[in-house]
Amino acid sequence: MAEPVPLLRTKNLTMRFGGVVASNNVDFTLGEVELRCLIGPNGAGKSTFFKMLTGQLVPSSGTIAFRGRPIAGAASHEIARLGIGIKTQVPNVFNGLPVRENIWLAARRRNTPTQTKRLVDEVLHKIRLTERANELVGYLSHGQRQWVEIGTVLAGEPELILLDEPAAGMTDEETVRTAEIIREINTTRALIVVEHDMQFIKMIAKTVTVFHQGQILMEDTIDVVMRDQRVRDVYLGKRIAA
Amino acid sequence: MPAVVRGALNLAALALAVIVLVALPDLVEVFDLMQITLFAAMGVLALSLGFIWGFGGILSFGQTAFFGIGGYTYAVAAINLGDSTGAIALAICVPAIVAGMIGYFAFYGRISDVYLGVITLTVTLILFDAVNSTAGDEYRIGKAALGGFNGMPSVPTFNLPGDPSTVLDPTQGWYATGGALIVVYGLLRLILGSRFGRIAVAVRENEVRASLLGYDPRIIRLAVFVIGGAIAGLGGALYTNWGAFVSPTIFSLSLSAEIIIWITVGGLGTLIGPVIGCFLIQYLTSQIGSQQTFNSNLILGAILIAFVLLLPKGLIPTLRDLVMKAARALPRRGTAIEASEKLVGAK
Repeated sequence: MAEPVPLLRTKNLTMRFGGVVASNNVDFTLGEVELRCLIGPNGAGKSTFFKMLTGQLVPSSGTIAFRGRPIAGAASHEIARLGIGIKTQVPNVFNGLPVRENIWLAARRRNTPTQTKRLVDEVLHKIRLTERANELVGYLSHGQRQWVEIGTVLAGEPELILLDEPAAGMTDEETVRTAEIIREINTTRALIVVEHDMQFIKMIAKTVTVFHQGQILMEDTIDVVMRDQRVRDVYLGKRIAA
Repeated sequence: MPAVVRGALNLAALALAVIVLVALPDLVEVFDLMQITLFAAMGVLALSLGFIWGFGGILSFGQTAFFGIGGYTYAVAAINLGDSTGAIALAICVPAIVAGMIGYFAFYGRISDVYLGVITLTVTLILFDAVNSTAGDEYRIGKAALGGFNGMPSVPTFNLPGDPSTVLDPTQGWYATGGALIVVYGLLRLILGSRFGRIAVAVRENEVRASLLGYDPRIIRLAVFVIGGAIAGLGGALYTNWGAFVSPTIFSLSLSAEIIIWITVGGLGTLIGPVIGCFLIQYLTSQIGSQQTFNSNLILGAILIAFVLLLPKGLIPTLRDLVMKAARALPRRGTAIEASEKLVGAK
């Protein structure tokens, strides 16, 4: 009878912008240490969903529970403190500050100065930017700035990590490295990854949730999803044909 | 720049400042010393805006509101208490509290940057009008008559802490004012090096990212604003002490605008820049004023336009960039010489 409380559960989550329904009655459940990929065409409501989870948008209706605790409508910094970290679609980094300072700011919130230093070195190594640690983030390439942002998320040591298009603007090699990092993170943490790059999804995905017009179209393993005719019609069709 | 070099440079600059502070009275006439004391009082005001604008990203068009509240608080308290010690403390606390109230509504009400500028400007104008119309004898706080547009004359000047009978002479007044400028500068350096200061800069850089990392931008901004208010208040006390006089012109629009020019000239995003800009511009306007050939506002405007067009970063950052460029070019020239020596040797 006693069902375990999932890490994240949304019920009837709805977001309206005037007449547009960006998110429509989304019921979504994520278990502890699960890796979930979200796919769907542009405007399917993936980023809106992420923004509601992180307090950047207040849902019009519905609930979000993080380990059973309601968080819908809470401020971004409160949700971050509970343990949800996000890499946003457009990189949100401190462009005018050095790479190390970016990571330090994320790491320092929960750690003593000594612990922080160790954690920062560890994260810099993980995102392969140790050599460029003293450069201003604004001068780095788009792919590297993506990594800096992933690094700030990691340094905050959240329980749940949301990555909105983490591989966008990366070279093939960088993409492979990002997939490695994601699998590594997933050994201890839960992740939700939004991506358009199907090659990338195949590298990391276990379960895939398909969004379409603000609703969940289906949810299954990557193979089943890719064989599904409806999914092909709304999203994959053009790409696979091409 | 490596942190060690930066730290050493900061210490060297601090040592130099202390030497100037101690040696200046022997080097210049009393009249000039008084003039420089005024510049230093204004320098504290410049630091307050330099801090909240350059490091907190908060553009306040009305930093003179806190400067003026500090000046008036000092005058009222000094007349009532008869001792400057507590009056200075009040001149720091009262503006800080007012900044806290304005800042609370602004930052927690999510008022955006431009509107904050408008609000601070409006507060200054309201204060100017309000204080201007307190000429009647019924407007007094304790023993102190506010005096309206006539201002408050014969304000007791600084005395030794806790000893009202020993009033500071002009030289000692310089030590107090110049010393306050150095202490405020040092404190701001410490704040900026601390965890809080680094988070404040992060909030300026990207508020969304800061909040997604778990920092509340509202409380950080508020704290920066309150610190700025407190420093401006201290500047006001120093200013009132300098002339033993305070009048509503302390809230004037032209002074509000002038601080922004000091910072633009000296360099936004630095601490020393606003102070240097403040000294330069004040020196210039006092020179122009004594010659009476040009209108000083005209010259100020021309300087502002010239800087915005030609040196938009301001003096100090431009200078720093030049030095950094030279430093980077030097080792390269070194290797070039080595290479040519090798070539010569090979021949």
